[in-house]
Amino acid sequence: MIQDIDIADLKKITELVQTRYGYDFRNYAMSSFKRRMLRILELKSLTVETLLKKLSEQPNFIDEFLDELTVNVTEMFRDPGFWRIIRDEIIPGILLNHKQFKIWHAGCSSGEEVLSMTIVLKEMGILQDVQLYATDLDTTILEKAKQASYPIKNMELNEKNYIRYEGKGSLKDYYKEENGKAVFDKSLLQNVTFRKHDLVKGEVFNKFDLILCRNVMIYFNQSLQNEVLKKFHESMFKYGYLAIGSKESLIWCEVASKFLVVNNEEKVYKKIKD
Amino acid sequence: MDKYNLNNSYKAVVIGGSAGSFQGIVKILSQLPKNFHLPIIMCLHRLKHVRNGFVEALSIKSVVQVVEPNDKETIKKGGVYLAPSNYHMSVELGNHFAMSTEEMINNSRPAIDVTLGTAAYVYRDKLIGILLSGANRDGGLGMKHIKDKGGLTIVQEPSECMIDTMPKAALSLTQIDYTLKVDEIVEFLIELDKHYK
Repeated sequence: MIQDIDIADLKKITELVQTRYGYDFRNYAMSSFKRRMLRILELKSLTVETLLKKLSEQPNFIDEFLDELTVNVTEMFRDPGFWRIIRDEIIPGILLNHKQFKIWHAGCSSGEEVLSMTIVLKEMGILQDVQLYATDLDTTILEKAKQASYPIKNMELNEKNYIRYEGKGSLKDYYKEENGKAVFDKSLLQNVTFRKHDLVKGEVFNKFDLILCRNVMIYFNQSLQNEVLKKFHESMFKYGYLAIGSKESLIWCEVASKFLVVNNEEKVYKKIKD
Repeated sequence: MDKYNLNNSYKAVVIGGSAGSFQGIVKILSQLPKNFHLPIIMCLHRLKHVRNGFVEALSIKSVVQVVEPNDKETIKKGGVYLAPSNYHMSVELGNHFAMSTEEMINNSRPAIDVTLGTAAYVYRDKLIGILLSGANRDGGLGMKHIKDKGGLTIVQEPSECMIDTMPKAALSLTQIDYTLKVDEIVEFLIELDKHYK
């Protein structure tokens, strides 16, 4: 196993990926980016040289590369307290003004979070009134998200989270067990649009009442976080909500003054200025 | 007489611990000299889905308030930091923390190897690593990284540990500088701090 990788080598890789494929990883947080690279080298039994060669000679390899590079570890109802706030405060807050509204899950990974949201909305009886967008850079993971089918072994944790969320029934009401997988009811995803979107380079594509981007920007450095938060601000209606991860903060970013803290523990913010 | 031959070149102290380390950590934090000069960065195995309570429990007797930092939070002199539940905590170049939700390592998130390994990369020979009682091998590799970069390494005396797997893993992977009891670790930190006054 390769123990370490030089910054110079990391630069070679990011430059190649940028010039050849247009993805910009230069402003990713160094510590995790380095770990992801070491992980790819180990998983694929590559050296920096053979990785560079593969990236320049095999265009198909880029999807696999992106899939391993991005962190796709997620849970349903991660931080149950957050989901209770969403159900009891945030969504009722939005409903005061609009019966129909739009949610964006930015960096949706394998879809557990958007699926959790559809369950929340269904239990509130408003699933049909909400348009959800779930985006990710990684097309392989988007395909998985569309399947809404997860290994049974993950369900113990998901169930525990759901119980702590204090949902109306049991998570089992929403899936069937098939070949070691928990296959969720596809109708949950009827109003979900999955699409590829790069937070670094992507344009503002819509306006939302609620944006969730939890534990995604932790992989970016502060200057990139700042840029992405500007785009989120632009992509929100005034008085819309933004949710980030429990260990993230808006404090450092330029748009901080345009948001109000709604819940500091669960990191939910409200846009108060255009 | 200076028992440990210390100096004031160190920039940070990292501490790892798991099963059986809580009492030791509490003792260390409660007996730290006032205004201890260096940041203390802790990664302790903890219940994954219990976000609250741990930092409060550690803070009760601690001389300094223990903080679970946010992503990209600046590391301050004299700060006492604890890796938050369900995140890996790295030290980044530029003197701040970075959180991550990557795969578990050694069946752990936070993983001690991540915090120790990244701290070793950033602080190099200006780091002191301390590994306490624990039931798995997490932290062993991190201690090796600290040693390889020229940092100073301490493990809790295995005979004093409730479970000695963790310090023994470190001892088997690298040449550890000091094997100390918790009381001696406290004494070490007090002596270290004198070099900064």
